[in-house]
Amino acid sequence: MAQATFQEISASDFFYRNRDIAGFTNPSRAIFAAIRELVENSLDAAESLKIPPDIYVRLSFEGEASRDTQIYKLRVEDNGCGIQPRFIPSAFGQVLYGSKYKLKQMRGTFGLGGKMAVLYGQIMTHQPAYVTSSTGSAKIYSFKLMIDIQRNRPLILDRKVLINKEQWRGTIVEFTIEGDYLRARSKILDYFKQTAMVNPYANLTFVDPKGRLYKFNRGTINMPEPPKETDPHPYGVDVELLQRLIHITPHKNMQEFLKNHFHRVGDITAQKFQVFSGLTTASCKKHGKLAYQDINWSRGPNCSRCGEVLTLSAYKNPKKLSHQEIVKLMQHLKKFKEFLPPDASCLSPLGEELLKAGIIKELNPEYLVVKQRKPSTYAGHPFIIELGIAYGGDIPKKGSFIIYRFANKIPLLYDEASDVSYRVINAMNWRRYKVSPDMPIAIVVHICSTKVPYKTVGKEFIADRPEVRKEVANALREVSRQLQHFLSKREHVDREKRRLSVFAKYLPRIAEFSTTLAGKEKQPDIQKLIKSVQKYDTEKK
Amino acid sequence: MTQKRSKGVIAEKKNEIMGSLKKLGTQIYDQLDSGVFPTITMPSRSTDNIHYDPDIRQYVLGERSVTRSARNIRHVKPFTQLAWAAMFSNELTFHRKTSTLRDVYYSAQAYNMTFKDQQESNNIITDLETATGRSREDFNIFPEERSAVFGDLTIEYTVPGYEGKTLNLSSHPDGVLIGPALTSSEFASTTADKVIAIEKGGLFTRFIEENVHKKHNSILVLTAGQAPRQTRYFIRRLHDELKIPVYIFTDGDPWGMHIAMVIISGSANAAHLRDLTTPDAIWSGVWASDIVNYKLPTDPLDDVDIKRLHELQRDPRYQGDPLWQKEIKTFLKIRRKAEQEAFSRYGLTYIVDEYLPAKLDDKNKGKKK
Ligand SMILES: Nc1ncnc2c1ncn2[C@@H]1O[C@H](COP(=O)(O)OP(=O)(O)OP(=O)(O)O)[C@@H](O)[C@H]1O
Ligand SMILES: [Mg+2]
Repeated sequence: MAQATFQEISASDFFYRNRDIAGFTNPSRAIFAAIRELVENSLDAAESLKIPPDIYVRLSFEGEASRDTQIYKLRVEDNGCGIQPRFIPSAFGQVLYGSKYKLKQMRGTFGLGGKMAVLYGQIMTHQPAYVTSSTGSAKIYSFKLMIDIQRNRPLILDRKVLINKEQWRGTIVEFTIEGDYLRARSKILDYFKQTAMVNPYANLTFVDPKGRLYKFNRGTINMPEPPKETDPHPYGVDVELLQRLIHITPHKNMQEFLKNHFHRVGDITAQKFQVFSGLTTASCKKHGKLAYQDINWSRGPNCSRCGEVLTLSAYKNPKKLSHQEIVKLMQHLKKFKEFLPPDASCLSPLGEELLKAGIIKELNPEYLVVKQRKPSTYAGHPFIIELGIAYGGDIPKKGSFIIYRFANKIPLLYDEASDVSYRVINAMNWRRYKVSPDMPIAIVVHICSTKVPYKTVGKEFIADRPEVRKEVANALREVSRQLQHFLSKREHVDREKRRLSVFAKYLPRIAEFSTTLAGKEKQPDIQKLIKSVQKYDTEKK
Repeated sequence: MTQKRSKGVIAEKKNEIMGSLKKLGTQIYDQLDSGVFPTITMPSRSTDNIHYDPDIRQYVLGERSVTRSARNIRHVKPFTQLAWAAMFSNELTFHRKTSTLRDVYYSAQAYNMTFKDQQESNNIITDLETATGRSREDFNIFPEERSAVFGDLTIEYTVPGYEGKTLNLSSHPDGVLIGPALTSSEFASTTADKVIAIEKGGLFTRFIEENVHKKHNSILVLTAGQAPRQTRYFIRRLHDELKIPVYIFTDGDPWGMHIAMVIISGSANAAHLRDLTTPDAIWSGVWASDIVNYKLPTDPLDDVDIKRLHELQRDPRYQGDPLWQKEIKTFLKIRRKAEQEAFSRYGLTYIVDEYLPAKLDDKNKGKKK
């Protein structure tokens, strides 16, 4: 019998072996994913300072690799916040290392993206990566790095410090990667165009291996409010997170623990929850220990039968909860109906103005209406749906609606048909709105959330959650109604124009023919008649 | 033999026609000039406004009228087309040029006036007829259909290049085409004392060969099936201006019978027009009773024939002379029909030598036998 061999693999090893789940499926997809990860890091870095991003991306040809792949050098420069030198090696050389684990809306979430790109490049080309960054201080730091895959640690090959005379701030990442640009090209260009649409305050420049320059200029310098960091909402926690919070909390009783580590939990809610879950008990002198529904919370907890103020038993120490108790706590957190819904301050939606600006900039539509829905939640995670419908202009007629999907200001380019928006759009009764798929129509759907409900780790499409579906559907109905108004008004105006042109065409001919027939010299003046038709029309509009 | 003349009719008519067109133009011009949208009012041609007038024995348009207004988005194009058609007709009449409906359709393009199709341009011409009460032939617009005439009638041309020239209609043995030049001619002289209209070309030629025009002192007209409007107009002129009776010979079936009727009483399509009917013309055969009396070779009536007979039975034009109802009943009874050529069973000249004199003699038509 063969002996089983056991082996530990590191996080970087794991992700290299399973690079599919991070989007590095094949040579054309890999090159797209690398660009996308770096651009998103740069956007995050600039936005964190509320600075309009300036991002320059260059892909240059280095040599042939195989029959249909080539070696390219990818360079991405930004004007973002920069990285402090001591974090640079790990930020780019250690998988699952990042600054974005807090709860607020950002593009990056896993602490993985940038590293996957570097890792992929390293494995395929055996070349190091170069990271140059400054936070705007007196110095610029430059690192030559590789990833020690087995140990999941950065290997620093070289480190340089330069004087930052110009007070430059930003980050430059450069490494080589093997891929198939020719096949990736259209997706990459789509990606830039759509990124420009949903980040209308960004300047994006792309130079491709043929030296072609693609520039997407910003249409505004206004930026959305940056998100505020928040604690997790009780509905959204799992046992893992509870354990971590209990581990780090300085608080010794449940009341403080709940108040300080959970989103929108105050004194009363914390008390209510503890009574509800049996973590504490409330008793009245006359009636003894009371059930949750017999307590009146309006003026401090009092007995609903005699009105007497209740005393609560001592709060527990969270650190002393057993594993079973923690599991129970998590279950009660999910069951308790009286937590306030999460607020949306941790979200940074684009807002209707910016979404409009982005769509106008990239699609130049004849008509556009956008709608931002009020914040909603699914499973304790706040989210906001922003949706736009654009008609005509540069939008082509395709025989079906053109759908642009975004999550946290990132375009989603793959698996459209699995996305909840696609399903909502296709389930809609368009005839009711006198809208048909063969009109030149683009629909833009943006979901912002601290936790975007991606169906897979590939971050390509949004799961069909009833809460999300409902918000998308409502937003879609609202904008469609307005589109319908626009279309019917336009049809009316067109009709009037056509009407007017008929009179303008025929009245002069009638004048001409009748003059000849009557044997007159001078044609009658018909301008007044034509004008009378016109006046009538403008009144009607 | 009598000599009959009817000169000046044509010249006078031309002036009237140009007058009515000019009137229409002036009316539109004056409305435009005074700053109002021009309108044209004309009798309605919808079926519920078409009535049979037993007094003048033809269809006429009723009281209802329609107004075409250039103010109306749906009218302004046909209004313009009508104005153009009036101007175009005026030019034709003035320059004494003739044209066909097909020509009109194409000529419009030269004026940058497009008609959707032939039907649209035909409708506009019918509008012009209704608005002026004149038939299109008056405006020198002729159909393509051709029919012919033969006999001792001398005509005097009025068409350009032939003014004053004369022609005797017996000068060509195939007959003379009834075209624009002929219908616009003045009748100079004739010795004929009757007109015989014949449905079919074969019989027309036989009659000429057999000298029917001489033997019976007649002008022969070939209708070539349903008589074209200009032929009906020509027959009417022969009757009115020469003051001679008109006899019509057709096949012995409902269709032949109706060819005769349209010459006599006109059609609903032309209810807006006058002078196309010859109410005093006489249908001389082939009757249903002739089929019986002359034992003609026959074919059975088919379903369409029967249906048509029932329609005619109810038709107001068939209510006047009892002959019609009687012949329809006979057809329905014998359920047979016969062509004019059926007389050949008695030899080629029988129809001329025997049948025709008998029928022409038959002053008390329908009462014999
Ligand atoms: N251009 C940059 N400017 C500033 N900081 C950066 C830049 N690129 C990366 N970082 C830092 O490096 C960290 C790791 O980036 P990485 O892309 O690997 O993960 P992430 O963005 O946190 O999550 P995700 O896997 O979703 O991309 C980031 O969290 C960020 O702090
Ligand atoms: Mg990232």
